[in-house]
Amino acid sequence: MKNWHAFTRWLIALGVLHGIVLCAGFFAPYGPSEQDRKSPYLPPMRVHFVDGQGHFHLRPFVYSFRLRDGSFDQYEEDAAKPDPLRFFVSGWRYRLFGLLPSGLHLFGAETTRVYLLGSDGYGRDQFSRLLFGGQVSLLAGFLGTGFALVAGLSIGAVAGYYGGWRDDVLMRVAELFLALPWLYLLFALRAFLPLAVGPLQAFFLIIAVIGAVGWARPARLVRAVVLSAKERDFVRAARGFGATDIYLLRRHVLPETSSVLLTQAAILIPQYVMAEMTLSFLGLGVPEPVPSWGNLLSNLQQYSVLVSYWWMYLPALAIVPFFLGYLGLASSLQERGEAYKIERRGLGRLT
Amino acid sequence: MMRYFLRRSAHAFLLIAGVSMLTFLFTTLAPGNYFDEMRLNPQIAPETVAALRAQYQLDRPLPVRYLYWLNSVVHGEMGFSFAYNSAVAPILLARARNTLLLTIVATLLAWGIALPLGVWSAERRGRLPDRVLSLGTAALLVIPELGLVLGLLMFAVRSGWFPAGGMASVEFESLTFIHKVRDLALHMTLPVVALVLSALPLLIRHVRAAVADVLDAPFLLAAQGHGVPKRTLLYRYALPAAANPLISLFGFSIGGLLSGSLLIEVVMSWPGLGPLLLEAILSRDLYVVVGGVLFSTLFLAGGNFLADMLLYWADPRIRRESSLR
Repeated sequence: MKNWHAFTRWLIALGVLHGIVLCAGFFAPYGPSEQDRKSPYLPPMRVHFVDGQGHFHLRPFVYSFRLRDGSFDQYEEDAAKPDPLRFFVSGWRYRLFGLLPSGLHLFGAETTRVYLLGSDGYGRDQFSRLLFGGQVSLLAGFLGTGFALVAGLSIGAVAGYYGGWRDDVLMRVAELFLALPWLYLLFALRAFLPLAVGPLQAFFLIIAVIGAVGWARPARLVRAVVLSAKERDFVRAARGFGATDIYLLRRHVLPETSSVLLTQAAILIPQYVMAEMTLSFLGLGVPEPVPSWGNLLSNLQQYSVLVSYWWMYLPALAIVPFFLGYLGLASSLQERGEAYKIERRGLGRLT
Repeated sequence: MMRYFLRRSAHAFLLIAGVSMLTFLFTTLAPGNYFDEMRLNPQIAPETVAALRAQYQLDRPLPVRYLYWLNSVVHGEMGFSFAYNSAVAPILLARARNTLLLTIVATLLAWGIALPLGVWSAERRGRLPDRVLSLGTAALLVIPELGLVLGLLMFAVRSGWFPAGGMASVEFESLTFIHKVRDLALHMTLPVVALVLSALPLLIRHVRAAVADVLDAPFLLAAQGHGVPKRTLLYRYALPAAANPLISLFGFSIGGLLSGSLLIEVVMSWPGLGPLLLEAILSRDLYVVVGGVLFSTLFLAGGNFLADMLLYWADPRIRRESSLR
């Protein structure tokens, strides 16, 4: 099965990426809100293997920065001060998975702070903030998708299975939600909720808003599957034997929707991560100092940052692999679904 | 025809009525209103705030407010904007004009590029140009819109070739007509490029899929056997046969004319509906938000309606089916 291979490959790639974000504390050298006020807007440090004399070192090292002569915000590498990178160093304390207390970090330097992606206006490490921001953004995507899918599944199942007036009412409401331009709806919903809230509240608010906007499409897809599944022979047979509606739904009908739901999840997660990014970017989402992929980019709204500090754009590139992974996953799932359908159609012809 | 037309328009009307009620319902969830900030100001008497609230019916129950609002919609006002101190409709119209200028150009461009590219790539299915193109669309698909816009903006300020946002230069009013057009075109370029790039991958993929579906049809083989030239084959025979999904998609493009460019407008400070809506949200300018959402829904419904009409006109099967009913 060629498609199966593609599917596992994408799944593994995504697993690795998410693993890195999940263990952000370990991979990030510093805490997400740890400031170094003396070094705002440091450019990304380059990791060297060869020093000024042309000698090769097995252990990579960085040069610390010094202000360029006659300037107050231009930095250059100080070749006199090489600083070897150390691996598995202990440093800033964090909780792995939010549970295990630990102080172990993948890398760090002896004297200077390492800024792989540069630092922001408060001297916070962008690389660390990228990883920790991923936790927030991806979790928002996951929970929002979970919320939308659960709502869509139950509404779609009720509409498809029971039919009649329930079907009519639910599907008209779903059409209403589908007809609304979804970013506008997201904004409008957000508009009528309190503006100034704490990070945690804001986070759950976003998820609730995303889920409330997004249930309609999965609901319609689930309804379509349920409609065809409830007329299958084995379901009718089970009903003939006296199976209850709940049993039929749980045992025979809803499992049929699993592939649709899986594909929808692969499509919706990146979409909702993007929604969170947009809201946070515009200042309607997760507020500072908690990092998220959206508010990492939000200081690019300032002209001076856009002109002078190009590395503030790097997070936008760093998150592309995640979207690539989900796109690959979704398309391999879709292909698999089609192959499955063709297979089943073929079987149907035989019997 | 008439019945089909009526049914579709009734559908669209119900939809818009539903949306207006829904957005109004959300407003009850809103804690606070536009005049709340005045309460903090010791120089404004509480009675003044209460009087203002009463003046704009903010102290009435929801159904009453809805009826008042409906009344003002009938009179072409769509409620009152507290921030702009004027009726909502003229503000929305002025902003919608700017948005449409941007999005119509972008939509035409995107379709103009996507149609030939999609057909071309469908014709060379599985061969090198098709692979390169699908790789390109995949690459465009995975770049988040936010990253794309910011990247373009970065390019603008660093190269200095394009103005970094806005719609007109400071001296716009004093320019001659030709220079005005040039100025506007320069300001439009980046947002249009962003819109086209974000719309292209999906369009190309859909065109390719639709055309590839009909390319294997026996009637095309027959036409080929009769020696019909390739270009005629593709554009006169295959494309119309593949038109149905594309017409629906076109309706969707039309529907997104007002709402699809929100983020791009905000980031590139294009004075369209997007920034207006964002401002209105932040200042709780209630009726502007409701009006903005309604306006863009109107377009979405209109786009779907247009697509239905076009399908009716293009596909005899739909005509027959609807006359049978």
